[in-house]
Amino acid sequence: MTTQRDAFGARLGMWLFLFSELLLFGGLFLLYAVYLARYPSEFAAGGQQLDTLLGTGNTLLLITSSLTVALALSALQQGRRQLCQMLLCATILASLLFLTIKGIEWQAKFGHGLFPGGAELETLPAGQQIFFSLYFVTTGLHGLHVLIGAALLLWTLGLTRKGLVSAENPVMLENSALYWHLVDLIWIFIFPLYYLLL
Amino acid sequence: MSQQNDRGFLQASNLQPLLFDWIFSVDHKRIGLLYLYSVCAFFLAGMVLGLLIRLELIAPGPTIATAQTYNALFTLHGVVMIFLFIIPGIPAAFGNIMLPLQIGAQDVAFPRLNLLSWWLYILGAFMALTSLFSGGGPPDTGWTFYVPFASETPTNVSLALLAVFIIGFSSILTGVNFVTTIHRLRAPGMHWGRLPLFIWSLYATAWVQILATPVLGITVILVMVERLIGLGLFDPARGGDPILYQHLFWIYSHPAVYIMVLPAMGVISEIIPVFSRKPTFGYKAIAASSVAIAAAGSLVWGHHMFVSGMSDTAIMVFSLLTFLVAIPSAVKVFNWVATLYRGSISLEPPMLFALAFVFLFSIGGLTGLVLGSASADVHVHDTHFVVGHFHYIMFGGTGFAFFAALHYWLPKVFGRMYNIKIATIAWAIIFVGFNLLYFPMMLVGLHGMPRRYYDYLPQFQNLNVIATVGSWVLAIGLLLMFANLYRGIRRGTAAGNNPWQAATLEWVVTSPPPGENFSQPPQVTHDPYDLQQAGKP
Repeated sequence: MTTQRDAFGARLGMWLFLFSELLLFGGLFLLYAVYLARYPSEFAAGGQQLDTLLGTGNTLLLITSSLTVALALSALQQGRRQLCQMLLCATILASLLFLTIKGIEWQAKFGHGLFPGGAELETLPAGQQIFFSLYFVTTGLHGLHVLIGAALLLWTLGLTRKGLVSAENPVMLENSALYWHLVDLIWIFIFPLYYLLL
Repeated sequence: MSQQNDRGFLQASNLQPLLFDWIFSVDHKRIGLLYLYSVCAFFLAGMVLGLLIRLELIAPGPTIATAQTYNALFTLHGVVMIFLFIIPGIPAAFGNIMLPLQIGAQDVAFPRLNLLSWWLYILGAFMALTSLFSGGGPPDTGWTFYVPFASETPTNVSLALLAVFIIGFSSILTGVNFVTTIHRLRAPGMHWGRLPLFIWSLYATAWVQILATPVLGITVILVMVERLIGLGLFDPARGGDPILYQHLFWIYSHPAVYIMVLPAMGVISEIIPVFSRKPTFGYKAIAASSVAIAAAGSLVWGHHMFVSGMSDTAIMVFSLLTFLVAIPSAVKVFNWVATLYRGSISLEPPMLFALAFVFLFSIGGLTGLVLGSASADVHVHDTHFVVGHFHYIMFGGTGFAFFAALHYWLPKVFGRMYNIKIATIAWAIIFVGFNLLYFPMMLVGLHGMPRRYYDYLPQFQNLNVIATVGSWVLAIGLLLMFANLYRGIRRGTAAGNNPWQAATLEWVVTSPPPGENFSQPPQVTHDPYDLQQAGKP
C-alpha cells in the first residue's frame, strides 16, 4: 500500500466528522427548545439552582484551553517542540480541571437528591424534572467528549514527543485541536442555555 | 496491466493465514467483499425470518408462533434487514469496491478507517444477534423502538439499541470516508461533470449518513439511559413527551430510507445506458436529483406521524413536502425511460433486474403518495398496505438494484461469468414471487388488515394464503440466483475485462482488478456513458 499524505483530505474528513458530532448534540438542543417552550417557568426555577460561578469558571477554563491548543499548533509549526509539548500539557490539565469542577457540581446536585430517580427531584414539578434530566444528559455527554478530547490530546502529545507529529506532519495535532475546539464550542452553547438565560 | 497475476487483488499473500489476509486488509475491494459476504449472510437470515412471519400468517389464529414470538420475529426481521442488509448493502459493499475504481483512485481516502467501519459493523451485528439469546429475551418492539413500550418492555432492548448505535457509527465513518474520497481522489480529467451517476448517488448518500445518523445515535442513547436510570424525557407522567421520540427517530429514519434507495438508483443509472447502448438521457438532471432527494428527503420525516396527534398545520406541511420529494424521484424514472427510448436494448440479467426495479419502484413510489396524503393515510395507516408499499420500495427497489449490481459487477470483481440462462430464469421466478407476495398485502391492507398482529379476521385469509405462497416462490428464486452466482464466481467462464462494453473506469482494468487498481493515475478523456469510448480511460 502506498501511503500518500493528504493533509487537506485528513482535515476535511475531521470537519465532516465534527458535523456529525454537532448533530448528535443537536438532538439534545432540540429537546431543550421544545421543553423550554412548554415549561418556561420551571426551566427558570431549575436554572437558578445551578452554580453560575462554577459554570463561569469552567467556561473560562475551556476557552483558555482552546487558546493553549491553538498556540501549541503554532509552536509546532514554528518548530518549537518543547513549547508545543508544554502547551499541550496545559490543555490536558485544563480539561482535567474542567471535569473536576463538573464533578463537584454534580456531587452537590446528588447531595440534594437532584438526580434522575432522586428523592428530592421526584417532588418537583414535571418541568423541573425534565430540566434536570436534560441537564445531566447534556453535561454528561459533553463531559464524555471532554474525556475523549483529552485522551486524543494525550495521544498526540506522545506522538509529538516521538517526533511523529512535527512541523512537516502536523495533521494529527491539527485534527485533535479541531476536535478540542468543538468540545469548547458545544460548551459555549450549553453554558448560556442552562446557567445564564434562565 | 500485470499479466503474470490474473487473480488480481484476490491473490493470497501467503505471508499469513488466508483469513487474516482478508479481515485485516485495508484494500477497499477486499473490505467491500467482506461487506458483501456479510450482508448476503444477513439477507439470508432475514429472509428465513420473513418466511416464518409469512408462514404464521397463512391462517388465522396461532399457526406456528405465539404472539410474543411473532413480535420478536418481525422485530428481528426489521432490524436485520434494515440495519444489517439494506443500509450497508449497496453503499458499503459495492460502494467500497467501485468508488475508487470508478473515479480512478488507488483506494479510499482513509483505508484504515474503512476497515474499522467494517469491524464496527460486525461488532454491532454480533451484539444484535446476542440480544436474541440473552437478557430478557429477543426485543419485541418492532425495528422502530417506539417509546413508551421500548423503555418499559423487559426484553433485551438495550443491547439491541447499543448495536444500532455502533452500526450507526460505522455508517457515519463510511460516509466521512466517501465524501473525502470523492472530493480529493478523483483522477485527472475526472471532473464533477464526468462522475459516474453511481458516484453522485454515493456522494448524496454519504452526506445523509453524516448528517442524519447522529440524530439516531442520540435518540437510542436517550432510550438506553431511560431504561437504565429513568430520565422521564419521553414519559408523560413526568412531563416528557413520547411524540418527541417519534420526531427524533424519524429525523434519522426517514432520510435513512434515502441512504437505502439512493445508491440503488445509482446502480440503475449505471446499468440502463450500458444495456441500451445509448448515453444516459439527462445526466445532469439525474445527478442533481440525487442531491435534491437527499436534501428534500431530510425534511419529510413527519409523514410517518400523521396519526400520532401532531398538529394539523404540521401534518399539512409534511404532506406537502412529501409530495415535493416525489418530483426528483420521478425525474429519475422519466430519464431512465427516456434513455431506453430508441435504444438498442439487450435483456441481459443486470438489465432485467434494472427494468424490474423501475417497474416495482414506480408502484412503490405511487403508493407512497397515497400514504403521503394525510386524508388517505388516516385510513391505511398501520395496515398491511404500508407493509406492501414499504417492500415495493425497499425490496422491489433497493433489493432488485442490489441483485442487478451483483449480476453487473461480480464478473468484474471475480473475472468469471455466471450462467446467463439460469440467471434469467431466477429473475423471472423472483419477479413473479415478489408480486405474489407483496401485491396481496396492499390489497388486504386496503380491506383493513392491520400490521404487526399474528392473528387476523377470517375474511383476510385468501389474500394471506396467496402472499405466503408467493414468499415460497420468491425464496426459491432467490436461492437459485445465489447458487448460480456462487457457481459463477467459482467455476464460471472467463468474463474478460469488459463483458458489457461499458465506458466507466472500472472496466478499463483487468478482471479481477489488480491490487493497486491503476499502476498510475489514469487520464480521463471522456464522459462516463460515452459508449463509443468503452474500454478507454
